[in-house]
Amino acid sequence: MKVGLLHSLLRKDEKYLIDEFNKIKDIELVMIDDRKIMFNIGKDNFDLDVVVERCINHSRALHGLRLFEAAGVKCVNSYKTATICGDKLLTSIALSENNVPQPEVRIAFTEESALEAIEEVGYPVVLKPAVGSWGRLLSKINDRDAAEAILEHKTILGSYHHSIFYIQKYIEKKGRDIRSFVVGDECIAAIYRTSSHWITNTARGGKASNCPVTDEIAEISIKAAKAVGGGIVAIDIFETDEGYLVNEVNYTMEYKNSIDTTGVNIPAKMVDYILKVARGE
Amino acid sequence: MKAECPVCGGEIELAEGTVEGELLECPDCGTELEVASLNPPKLNEAPQEEEDWGE
Repeated sequence: MKVGLLHSLLRKDEKYLIDEFNKIKDIELVMIDDRKIMFNIGKDNFDLDVVVERCINHSRALHGLRLFEAAGVKCVNSYKTATICGDKLLTSIALSENNVPQPEVRIAFTEESALEAIEEVGYPVVLKPAVGSWGRLLSKINDRDAAEAILEHKTILGSYHHSIFYIQKYIEKKGRDIRSFVVGDECIAAIYRTSSHWITNTARGGKASNCPVTDEIAEISIKAAKAVGGGIVAIDIFETDEGYLVNEVNYTMEYKNSIDTTGVNIPAKMVDYILKVARGE
Repeated sequence: MKAECPVCGGEIELAEGTVEGELLECPDCGTELEVASLNPPKLNEAPQEEEDWGE
């Protein structure tokens, strides 16, 4: 079986995945560097049973997946999942359509309407770029003065996609949130991400510790994964007095800090699933 | 296999199983590096984070 690994820089996450593939007999791993590959739409003929997407750039991941799917190659994750997860607005729609609880959210397209939406939600709110990761350019807005300043800065200094204002009700996290890992139909592991900062991403210094996967966490995680198209995804979950809320779903999930923490061989579970997809199971 | 850090000139031992494209950190100066090639061994400074990098 031939497995294509679409990548750019190879981080620990990718190395672990490569190591797991190399443990399996009869697997030929084909490395596809997104900085070198060229596509010829309609004429591409890839001798691959499946492509695993592990790009760092969202734009390359998204377009690469579409191009491989157009050439008839199965992909993990699918273009559909990448499209929805890569855009917070599309994620919120998918979660809403599938009755997955999430924080209150508003979308607006102008400075004025965004300010009105923020005031309607009530302070504090978090303003997020619809497309973005690792906690970049998130703004916690505590009052009207801050709202006016941030909105003006985004309008004047931001590129055009910063004029899609994604406004989320700020959830008091009490210092931590949950990241769960879903592979196919199973929630395989979860971690708490703890930080004294309101942004808890491990890329921003949040500390990982094991979070036992309860039935409730598994249920909301799998429901969220299915809502965005399924595959291999990581779900960010807030704990509230009213229950769990899904904050985001990530489609090129990073897990290097979560293997020892959870005791789960996450890349091995990923490989099992990818090979099932390749075999059409 | 040994390679030279392009920033500080320090010698870096490439572990068995190192692959092209892999990220490394120079133990001397801490710069993040990318394995540009294995034969001959060559390291470049890793690219800077871009706006659409992430998960």
